[in-house]
Amino acid sequence: MTITSLSELEALKARIDQNVSDKVKILMSLGTCGLAAGGSKVFDAINESIAGQGLEDCYEAVPVGCMGLCYCEPTIELRDNSGKSIIYGNVSAEQIPAILKAGLSGAPAGTTEVERTWYCPEDEANTHKALQARIALRNTGRINPELIEDYIQRGGYLALGKALSSMKPAEVSQLVLDANLRGRGGAGFPTGRKWQFAAAQPKGKKYMICNADEGDPGAFMDRAVLEGDPHAVLEAMAIGGYAIGSDTGIIYIRAEYPLAITRLRIAIDQARAMGFLGKNIFNSGFDFDIELKYGAGAFVCGEETALIHSVEGKRGEPTVKPPFPAVQGLWKHPTIVNNVETYANVAAIIRKGAAWFKTVGTAGSPGTKVFALAGKVNHVGLVEVPMGTTLRDIIYGLGGGISKDRNFKAVQTGGPSGGCITKKDLDTPIDFETLKAIGSMMGSGGMIVMDEDDCMVNIARFFLEFTCDESCGKCTPCRIGNHRLYEMLTDICHGKGTPETLAELRNLAQVIKDTALCGLGQTSPNPVLSTLSSFADEYEAHVKEKRCPAGVCERLVRFTINEKCVGCGICARNCPATAITGATKKRHVIDQDKCIKCGVCFDKCKFKAIDKQ
Amino acid sequence: MTMVNLKINDMPVSVPEGSTILEAAQALGIKIPTLCHCKMDCLGVEHKAGSCRICVVELANRPTLAPSCCTPVAEGMVVKTNSQRAISARRTVLGLLLSNHPKDCLVCAMNQQCDLQRLAHEFDMHEVKYPGAQTEFPIDVSSGAIRRDMNKCVMCRRCETACNVVQTVGVLSGINRGFEATVGPEELKPLIETSCTFCGQCVVSCPVGALTEISYKDDVWREINDPSKHVVVQTAPSVRVALGEEFGLPAGSVTTGKMVAALRRLGFAKVFDTDFSADLTIMEEGTELINRIKTGKNLPLLTSCCPGWVNFFEHQFPDLLHMPSTAKSPQQMFGSIAKSYYAEKVGVAPKDMVVVSIMPCLAKKYEAARPEFEHNGVRDVDYVLSTRELASMIKEAGVMFNALKDEEYDNPLGESTGAAVIFGASGGVLEAALRTANDILSGKDIKEIDFVDIRGLEGIKEATVKVGGMDLRVAVCSGLGNARKLLTKIRKGEADYHAIEIMACPGGCINGGGQPYTGSNISILEKRKNAVYQVDKVMPIRKSHQNPSIAKLYKDYLGEPGSQLAHKLLHTHYFAR
Repeated sequence: MTITSLSELEALKARIDQNVSDKVKILMSLGTCGLAAGGSKVFDAINESIAGQGLEDCYEAVPVGCMGLCYCEPTIELRDNSGKSIIYGNVSAEQIPAILKAGLSGAPAGTTEVERTWYCPEDEANTHKALQARIALRNTGRINPELIEDYIQRGGYLALGKALSSMKPAEVSQLVLDANLRGRGGAGFPTGRKWQFAAAQPKGKKYMICNADEGDPGAFMDRAVLEGDPHAVLEAMAIGGYAIGSDTGIIYIRAEYPLAITRLRIAIDQARAMGFLGKNIFNSGFDFDIELKYGAGAFVCGEETALIHSVEGKRGEPTVKPPFPAVQGLWKHPTIVNNVETYANVAAIIRKGAAWFKTVGTAGSPGTKVFALAGKVNHVGLVEVPMGTTLRDIIYGLGGGISKDRNFKAVQTGGPSGGCITKKDLDTPIDFETLKAIGSMMGSGGMIVMDEDDCMVNIARFFLEFTCDESCGKCTPCRIGNHRLYEMLTDICHGKGTPETLAELRNLAQVIKDTALCGLGQTSPNPVLSTLSSFADEYEAHVKEKRCPAGVCERLVRFTINEKCVGCGICARNCPATAITGATKKRHVIDQDKCIKCGVCFDKCKFKAIDKQ
Repeated sequence: MTMVNLKINDMPVSVPEGSTILEAAQALGIKIPTLCHCKMDCLGVEHKAGSCRICVVELANRPTLAPSCCTPVAEGMVVKTNSQRAISARRTVLGLLLSNHPKDCLVCAMNQQCDLQRLAHEFDMHEVKYPGAQTEFPIDVSSGAIRRDMNKCVMCRRCETACNVVQTVGVLSGINRGFEATVGPEELKPLIETSCTFCGQCVVSCPVGALTEISYKDDVWREINDPSKHVVVQTAPSVRVALGEEFGLPAGSVTTGKMVAALRRLGFAKVFDTDFSADLTIMEEGTELINRIKTGKNLPLLTSCCPGWVNFFEHQFPDLLHMPSTAKSPQQMFGSIAKSYYAEKVGVAPKDMVVVSIMPCLAKKYEAARPEFEHNGVRDVDYVLSTRELASMIKEAGVMFNALKDEEYDNPLGESTGAAVIFGASGGVLEAALRTANDILSGKDIKEIDFVDIRGLEGIKEATVKVGGMDLRVAVCSGLGNARKLLTKIRKGEADYHAIEIMACPGGCINGGGQPYTGSNISILEKRKNAVYQVDKVMPIRKSHQNPSIAKLYKDYLGEPGSQLAHKLLHTHYFAR
């Protein structure tokens, strides 16, 4: 069936609405994460249980995308048409019969009920003061991503229909600009402005690219959208294509996302079959189609010029801008590169308008941001919060606080390009500007929480190791400079650093930031610079006292024997380096020159007489 | 032309729209140091990768420093080229480059010709700041022509531009990531296993010692000093107009006589001329052209003097192998004749004769080593030296080149005509062939012999010329990218020519990969080219078939052009690769 007008689409949506059953839906989180956690076994159990207990009239099992509750996968949500719902975490197949029996009346004993912390600003009020507002993720975890009807039922393709039948291309760009939707991929450039640049180029071939080459360590929001709500991206790309005068969309997706690729393929076929992609969409004369290109897993290909080269079959490395891709991009044609999450916001903006979008978030950064919360928090997962939410709310509210009751030390936002934020900034309402002001950046939304057991020098070294691996090697500062930074940090962690090393570390980091060719290189020293400024004392301890305060840097750990020693000799007998000596019943000593820091003495001592520093 | 106004170091300047900051600074007489950037005028491209970051400058309202070589000027721009921040950043960047560069300048082939060394001197660098790892790539000498030591590479990527953009050979590209990033063939294969043509344009583009020629100087010294060997040398047409530059003479100086004298001082038994065998090439190739025109078969005839071009068509156009002339190149013809006709004449066994070539070219090293040019364990040509290597030998031997009195080539393989010397510039081979074909087809000694339409440095030249009463459609092409364009047309049947001359290097052998470095200064090429035609103009004989030594060679030994013996000694065949 081909949809040729907005009214036909509205009629179709009405029919789907009418046919929605009264059954309670059992939504099963079956993104890559849910599947990895054994979700398909649980899903089978749900279906078997429904059939076995003859509950076909009561329940309908729906496979959905990621709900964002990574810490308690497998997760399911029981939900009726009125919106009443119960969410369960850590669900096992054995629990299913009891859960089905209880229905929406309450969680049975032995199950883990999870609090719902979000609302969708587009269709509900925030009655329970939820911290999360879902715009980009509004359908993710709610609909079957392989059924276009589910997407249409949630208002899908109405925005495209509206744009094509009642808006001029320039009005579409203007609306996105008015909403001040800013690029969710990193730098926060206004999407509408970008579209206007491309639209202003002479008529001819133009490209709409979706950057789905998500590569920040620990970031997976794009995958969640693509696996959970692929049509949202297709619809937005078509809208953008209409705005700039492009008939070709390309989704550059990393090959490591097979499930996302499968679901995108299904979605593209469905959209073509219904006429949302292809020729003469909504009978408006507008043609647009989308193809997939696979990335081979290079972080730098998230940089738009590098991405374009990769699509062209060339080595994925950036080139100097200008020319900007919006003027001269893929195959030298005007090209827009937007990230998945950016696209995921577009349809809602077209449906509800700029003013509505601006009611969420801050004045300078309207809307929401999805964060991948990871590291030392209790509730690792995906959260979408209004811009302006504080880190405290995210880490302690949504993240459930620091794991193992340790103390918070820092949080790294923006992945390897970002910086470490400390306790003093926990209450800063975060958006593009404030994050920059406190020495970090939004980046794609990775958020890695660190506690007192983390060594900040080692953390900086970890991120730098990542950038060294992922640098394309084109420009000198990134190719050689980052490697030298890494070597200096290694020296510091190994106790070979000097005060001069620290001074040179700072100088070189600053020059790399100042001279590298692309965003990757320019931001790569950020973890070093931010830890240098916030945790100077830790660096000093490594360099001057040859001591790692967090006890992480192995070569700096010092084992000593304190006054509790009773001279039992068990440490000396077990020391593989024969570094411990002492007379029986006398306090023993460790020869620091011989000690290999293996920690056997520390483990063997029954009297807490070994100190580890 | 729209002009853009900006300020550099507080000085106002107005430059055409689209200019770079670097160009605007030059207009003010301000020098900004550069490394990767290169106006590769001799190859007709500008290389601006923006990758080395040596040329960074400070801009008002820009948070980071800007690479001046590839940042276009904008109205109202405020630039500081010499601020503390810019200078210190440049020093740091240079320090980084030096930190991963071998410090063996004293024994580097590019000593005193290296851009990195020059920068280190200009920046007054006294220490290498960053100890730490250095890349350790194996050195590739597999080709026998080009030495690749990627430990010296500064990732300027000029070689890639030469290989991919200009020559469209596509062998070199960026490879690996991060600190291990380098430039090389796919999977860092040895060059010999790739479709490299060994044209050597990557070598002349390299600002450091990462790409150099493989030198055979030591072998030649050994042979010269072996009393059991009769060592003869041949000199390619374009060497005589470029060698002088290595001794401080102005570009375009014709140093034929000094070169001959110097070669004698080095100890070669006989100093012969590739120009002799260039005349011989015209006899064979010209005869082939006349036959093909008469029969109308296998047209167009493509010239086959240039080994870079031969490698290119074997790899890229294996379906067109019937088109190139089967005539060997002048270098190889010389070797064949030296080790047969001449060897018999002087009574030296071929195995005791050593033929050394002085060539403007690196592909000639590869050509000489091709298996088909060896018979019974005897190679046609034993060693090939570049113009640069010859200059180095002359210096090493303490020969005061500029003070030498002119001397003449030895005979019989030293006599040549004006038609032969123009082989050194693009268009010359075809012009020489046309001079001979015109006389033979018309049966007259035609006086109008200057085919000026096919001279010059342009990449593709086309003309219709009257030869023997016929209109011949000819083309001359230099640079493999241009060759690809022309060959693609021919493959599609969109072009009909009778003859095409193709040279791998833009401008021909005067711009060969073995010539003295020009720094891509095109005026040097112009002067070399003019010198070639100047030599031709003053030659007493200017047509190959009128060379008396050639006539005697056919009369006494070969019979006639295209004879059975001529085919055995002077023709070859090609391989699809």
